[in-house]
Amino acid sequence: MKLNELTIKEAVEGLKGKKFSSVEITKACLSQIEKHNPNINAFLTINEHAFDEAKKADEARESGSNTSLLGIPIALKDMYLTKGLRTTAASHVLENYIPQYDATVVQKLKDAGVVILGKTNHDAWAHGSSGENSDFEPTKNPWNKEYVPGGSSSGSAASVAADMAIASTGTDTGGSIRLPASFTNTVGLKPTYGLVSRYGIIAMASSLDSIGHFTKTVEDSAIYLNVTAGNDPMDATTTKNKTPNYLEDLNEGIKGLKIGVPKEYFTQGLDSNIKKNIEGAIKKFEELGAETVEISLPHTEYSLACYYIIAPSEISSNLARYDGIRYGNDRTHFGDEAVRRIILGTFTLSSGYYDAYYKKAMQVRTLIKRDFEQAFEKVDAIISPVSPTPPWKIGEKTDDPLAMYLSDALTVTANLAGIPGLAVPSGFIGDLPTGFQILGPQFSEKLLFRIGHAFEQTKERRVLDI
Amino acid sequence: MKIDIKHIAKLANLRLKAEDETKFEKQLNEIVAYVEKLNEVDTKGVEITSQVTGLKNVTREDKPAPSLTQEEVLSGTSSKHNGLFKVGAILEE
Amino acid sequence: MEYQVVIGLETHVELKTKSKMFCGCSADYFGLEPNTHVCPVCLGLPGALPVPNKTAIEWCVRIALALNCKISSVSKFDRKNYFYPDLPKGYQISQYDQPFGLNGWIELKDKRVRIRRVHMEEDTGKLIHADVEKNRSSLIDFNRSGVPLVEVVTEPDFENTQQVTEYLQKLRQTVRYLDVSSADMEKGDMRLEPNISLRSNTTNTTNRSNTTNDLDLPPYKVEVKNINSFRFVAKAIDEEIKRQSEILDRGETPEQETRGWDEKKGTTVSQRTKEESHDYRYFPEPDIPPVILTGDQILNIKKQIPELPDEKITRFMGKYKITDYDADILTRERSIADYFEQAVKDGSKHKLTAKQIANYIINKKPDIEKTVPAELAELILSTRGTTEISSQDLKKAIEQVLLECPKAVEDYKSGKTQVLGFITGKVRALLPPNASTEGIRELIEQALK
Repeated sequence: MKLNELTIKEAVEGLKGKKFSSVEITKACLSQIEKHNPNINAFLTINEHAFDEAKKADEARESGSNTSLLGIPIALKDMYLTKGLRTTAASHVLENYIPQYDATVVQKLKDAGVVILGKTNHDAWAHGSSGENSDFEPTKNPWNKEYVPGGSSSGSAASVAADMAIASTGTDTGGSIRLPASFTNTVGLKPTYGLVSRYGIIAMASSLDSIGHFTKTVEDSAIYLNVTAGNDPMDATTTKNKTPNYLEDLNEGIKGLKIGVPKEYFTQGLDSNIKKNIEGAIKKFEELGAETVEISLPHTEYSLACYYIIAPSEISSNLARYDGIRYGNDRTHFGDEAVRRIILGTFTLSSGYYDAYYKKAMQVRTLIKRDFEQAFEKVDAIISPVSPTPPWKIGEKTDDPLAMYLSDALTVTANLAGIPGLAVPSGFIGDLPTGFQILGPQFSEKLLFRIGHAFEQTKERRVLDI
Repeated sequence: MKIDIKHIAKLANLRLKAEDETKFEKQLNEIVAYVEKLNEVDTKGVEITSQVTGLKNVTREDKPAPSLTQEEVLSGTSSKHNGLFKVGAILEE
Repeated sequence: MEYQVVIGLETHVELKTKSKMFCGCSADYFGLEPNTHVCPVCLGLPGALPVPNKTAIEWCVRIALALNCKISSVSKFDRKNYFYPDLPKGYQISQYDQPFGLNGWIELKDKRVRIRRVHMEEDTGKLIHADVEKNRSSLIDFNRSGVPLVEVVTEPDFENTQQVTEYLQKLRQTVRYLDVSSADMEKGDMRLEPNISLRSNTTNTTNRSNTTNDLDLPPYKVEVKNINSFRFVAKAIDEEIKRQSEILDRGETPEQETRGWDEKKGTTVSQRTKEESHDYRYFPEPDIPPVILTGDQILNIKKQIPELPDEKITRFMGKYKITDYDADILTRERSIADYFEQAVKDGSKHKLTAKQIANYIINKKPDIEKTVPAELAELILSTRGTTEISSQDLKKAIEQVLLECPKAVEDYKSGKTQVLGFITGKVRALLPPNASTEGIRELIEQALK
């Protein structure tokens, strides 16, 4: 196996056992990037200091350092501020922006010893479900380059799928980690809102943004979360709870667990192949000893409408700071989708319309949150499809913004409720990956990893032969 | 409900070309028609959710912390003068 | 035509916390190099997030309590969205419908002014207009961006300019007593925006006619900004009243708008172009959890409020038997009031009365920073309260005594010098009790020659 094809766990073991060095892994990743990025367009910026960082990591390991991600090369979604390293939000507005500070999560990852390979492409400002809203050309799905890798964290998903990076960071406001994970055969975690600090990550919708990541395995995802989770005094919405070791229950198995299957997620709109695939996964869970129960999340059909009022409203306010005075280019540089969302959000907050739209949506949000709370009184976790459809061809939906929004129908619910979701690969439809998501109550990531890991162990991980 | 694009764009500090105004107006009115689906939901007596954390009273102590240097602050733009950001004159009258 | 003046006031008080409202930058920005007290949060950099200053919140509640407000048990912050170069985030974090304080009042000499609300917000950066290389430019300094502000809004209860200035002085005094702000208008840490309109019984100025109740507000109001100095408050308001009267005299209604006070012109000027779109699109600030105050917490904050001026005046009059006039002067600043009380304590050991100490402080205006209260007593004793007497008055007094006591003069001239004591005593009796009697004997001797 090539070094860039390793998981975090394998890489750490190998580094500890002196089988190879961080410099070697990093070289392998950089070489993969050099070879394939021109065709995939996962990266916007390569860190010219990556090699030096790898060297330093090896030296640190020599002197006895043992931090959990020491020497592991990762990629960062270009919504994460990196001091001294260009951060664009995949937008012409920030085309040449060099931040003066690191996001808290970036600092935590650096403290854990990562090597930063570069910044990945995504839908500009994280507005999108396919990657096609990037101002710098879309990222291609490494499994079939004519197809979208999903969005908004398109480049981060593709970078891990194509073994350009061992792991990568993302943001999930309405499904932007889970959707591309399920389109690229990677594991994507959307943590509980407030578990991971948002400080230094470009805000999309402040009450919905969740800071997560892509890995090749569920165990890797837990190793990574151990680094990023926890209170941050710079972010007033982060949890005050002490965070556990997320690897704790990994191998407990799922015997006796109750897993809910929400009937509203399996409507006519769901692609029949995806439905079949999920049903296969449900059967697997039952074989592993879990009890699957049909549940109802009655307000599901209103989630998208609710989301597409709340999100643009907060977006319109969060993007107000980009006026070109203190940094960046002026507001004429916004792309079409950003303009659409700013206008929509300004409208829904405007005088005379606030009650009918924003306030109404905030009330419906309460009902959606309640749906989940009531469901979790009956079941431990919920399994559902991530996308109503398999990956579509690049360009297929770009003329119809509303059609694009509909791909979020099954993922926005977790953001509205503030609960975590783990997207796990579950097979292929043709040559394109598919996956499901496991949803749990707030702060139940350990449980999600336990369930995901149990499922994952039942099949061989398919590595992309690019 | 239809969006008054010209008025909203002004509120949002966006300058749109005439042809874009028409394009966006059509797309956005479709989206607005979709989100009005929420009117079907009975929300009488339902509290709003503006935050999902349930947190309260998150504050910091009144202690000064280091600031950025003037150079760092001004590093994002070339439009500056004597340590100040510079923009075209804002008319007061 | 005679009109009734209707004024409501919005006053911003800048708190003198050590750090800013939502970040750790120093809040002590006055007179510093531009853009040196700025961080990602108060500069509005991508990704930055606000975390509220605990002390600022407590001080806002303190002010609200001192103004007799009801303190909301649940308060929150909201975003006030608008675009202006000195507003780095494109929104100001303020409070909309759940402010910290509601429905209070403040007592003026002959009126109680109702306080509608007291809330917390952050200050903006500072915009300076200048010519840079022959081009008109606006220059921005963000040192002030994010400094905590408490906004106090009154009901439109003011009926004249004097009440406004009295209110401002009282508010300033209160805030200084609480030790939360220096409330210095000239330095910008207290700012005022009056809303002014006029009411008469004609239909173009009232919604209903003849009845005078709360709901009968004129159908317009004009907000006046940019009054940067205490001495211009009365003038600006009077000028605006004059301007509105003239419009009403013509049978027209003044336009509802925002105007700026122009010092040079001595009038208010329309700011219509700046204030075009007022739709602030308030919504709850998602980045800051709500603030929930228990009864106990509010009580603890209340305990930290010192005796306020009104109470202190009453107590001083009762305890020290001084006039309300004197008590008013002595309580103008808390530091002077405390000094006075300490000096009375120290002075009592030397049998000095409170009145004597009060008089000395009021008339002599000693430097309370340099003279410790205990020293004050000694100072009074040594000079017996030296009230300066003009040499003219002294001369007059001496002449009068010499005229009235010819026998004493004769005695002195015939060599009975001990009569000088008698004459000196007589002169002293004509002078105020605490007059300085330095060199008085020499002067009498001279006059006797």
